Amino acid sequence: MSDDIKNNSNLRSNFRTVMLRPDLGAIVGVILVFLFFFLVARDTGMFSLEGSMNWGIVSSQFIIIAVGACLLMIAGEFDLSVGSMIGFAGIVIAVTSVVWGWPVWLSIISAFAISMAIGALIGYITISTNLPSFIVSLAFLYILRGLTIFIAIISTKKTIIGGVTEVAQDDWLAPIFGGEIFTGVFQWLAEQGIIQTFVAGTKAGQPVVSGIPMMMVWALGLIVFAHFLLTKTRFGNWIYASGGDAQAAKHIGVPVNRVKILMFVFTAFCATVFATTQVIEFGSASADRGVLKEFEAIISVVIGGALLTGGYGSVIGAALGAVIFGVVQQGLFFIGVESSLFRVFLGVLLLLAVILNTHVRKLITGAK
Amino acid sequence: MSISPLMELNDIHKSFGNVDALKGVSISINAGECHCLLGDNGAGKSTFIKIMSGVHQPTKGQININGKPIEINNPREAIDVGIATVYQDLALIPLMSVSRNFWLGRELTKKVGPVTLMDFEKCDSILMSEMDKIGIKLRDPSQSIGTLSGGERQTVAIARAVFFGAKILILDEPTSALGVYQTSNVLKTIERVREKGVAVVFISHNVSHALAVGDKFTVLSRGETLGTAKAGEIDFQELQLMMSGNKELSELKK
Repeated sequence: MSDDIKNNSNLRSNFRTVMLRPDLGAIVGVILVFLFFFLVARDTGMFSLEGSMNWGIVSSQFIIIAVGACLLMIAGEFDLSVGSMIGFAGIVIAVTSVVWGWPVWLSIISAFAISMAIGALIGYITISTNLPSFIVSLAFLYILRGLTIFIAIISTKKTIIGGVTEVAQDDWLAPIFGGEIFTGVFQWLAEQGIIQTFVAGTKAGQPVVSGIPMMMVWALGLIVFAHFLLTKTRFGNWIYASGGDAQAAKHIGVPVNRVKILMFVFTAFCATVFATTQVIEFGSASADRGVLKEFEAIISVVIGGALLTGGYGSVIGAALGAVIFGVVQQGLFFIGVESSLFRVFLGVLLLLAVILNTHVRKLITGAK
Repeated sequence: MSISPLMELNDIHKSFGNVDALKGVSISINAGECHCLLGDNGAGKSTFIKIMSGVHQPTKGQININGKPIEINNPREAIDVGIATVYQDLALIPLMSVSRNFWLGRELTKKVGPVTLMDFEKCDSILMSEMDKIGIKLRDPSQSIGTLSGGERQTVAIARAVFFGAKILILDEPTSALGVYQTSNVLKTIERVREKGVAVVFISHNVSHALAVGDKFTVLSRGETLGTAKAGEIDFQELQLMMSGNKELSELKK
């Protein structure tokens, strides 16, 4: 009899634990989204190797910026300058390599250094003025976008700078952002007839998917790194604490300011990874690249179960949020639905996620 | 050779611009003693504990630890000399697990290959046994602090401070937001901590809570000490009167 009660309460406690996983909503969301498109778009080739690569790459792009935004949001801050940072870093790479003739590896490293320094500056201003990071980074959204266009115009009189592919040809660093891995495996699979090959055109005989793009490798690497940092290390504990209650954390001796500034730097790093992969892939940088990316990153993170107020969230959740993003955006294209509806879907999803998260927060903190 | 008190604060003054928050406060604190600091709102209690915990520095006055004068320039230095403060509402982080809260800032780590990770196994098992000692039954160490009652949170915060070697424990209004049952649990915890030889400074404006655990009572009023009395020398009526009526202790003793 008493055993029954005990089992029952264990069961309820397990159920509660599952309910309180920050990424539960995103897990359910991913399953629903895949189920839906599998039923509706099975015949469109969306789930063929080529089709999967399509939404896989788009999802990876969202993941790269969502991971940075996720850790920053858990640390209690926002960065609205991510999109502008993407445009800025891209133009820095293109101007220094194509116009100034620097080796591409030096351009890429410089772009990382400058972006991360600006990230630190945003963090420093936020901490030292005590202003909401929302406002400080909004200022940088405009400052960086303006500077990006200005730099592009004064150096080339254009807002799009091409020719990166040519200068990056024999560079050692560029392939880490723009190349592919396992190309041999894919070639072999094509020769065995396991994956299809192009039948005509200049690529005839080559496999339809020639390898795993570095974009995906970066996305995966960033997920593993950030998830590990957050959940397994003492620094991760400080990230939670800085966002959960900065004042309490300071009293205990957690270096809250350092944690927050480092998270701004990490967000800038992720934005620059995104920018670099795009520049190397397209062979050009455009001053208007990355517009609205900051919001897409934040939405992924919120769908992933993080609280807007900080202190709670999951990297895995944010990544799954990004996958929902990518699959739906490309899926609507596959089934031929007007793509503007994607934004309607996003808005609705965001609203549902925030309502769910607020409810979960009440459950955890026991607030009425 | 007389034994000097664990901590002495002599004639502490603190001004913020033109406002004199403290105008000469003196107390001495002994190991294994619960010293209650009573006073109405605005009496200077919180300014005084912020001086003890290194948040503020006195404008004038002297602080001795074990008979030696020291300066406490920031909260870190206070912690280093064994002064721990449990603030009323800033004690713990509700969204984080009990274990993560308990070890925050002093996480146990282990090396796995080239990386240093938190040693959750060790953290959790020590936490569970510490919680058991102070009578908190945890379902599991990863449940969030938010699921504990207000009294349990105070108890966890006190246990943490003592576990990490606090010799002087400052409790800022630990019972003011609690119900009767939870209050009695926190008071029991204070008793247990005192028996371990820790000096407890208990800040309150609730006289009956103070009388339940206090060994000494110091009443503050408008930034000044009205006097210190030992348990048994003073009763509820007198303390209450002093806090509200601002009468000198000597007057009341007549």
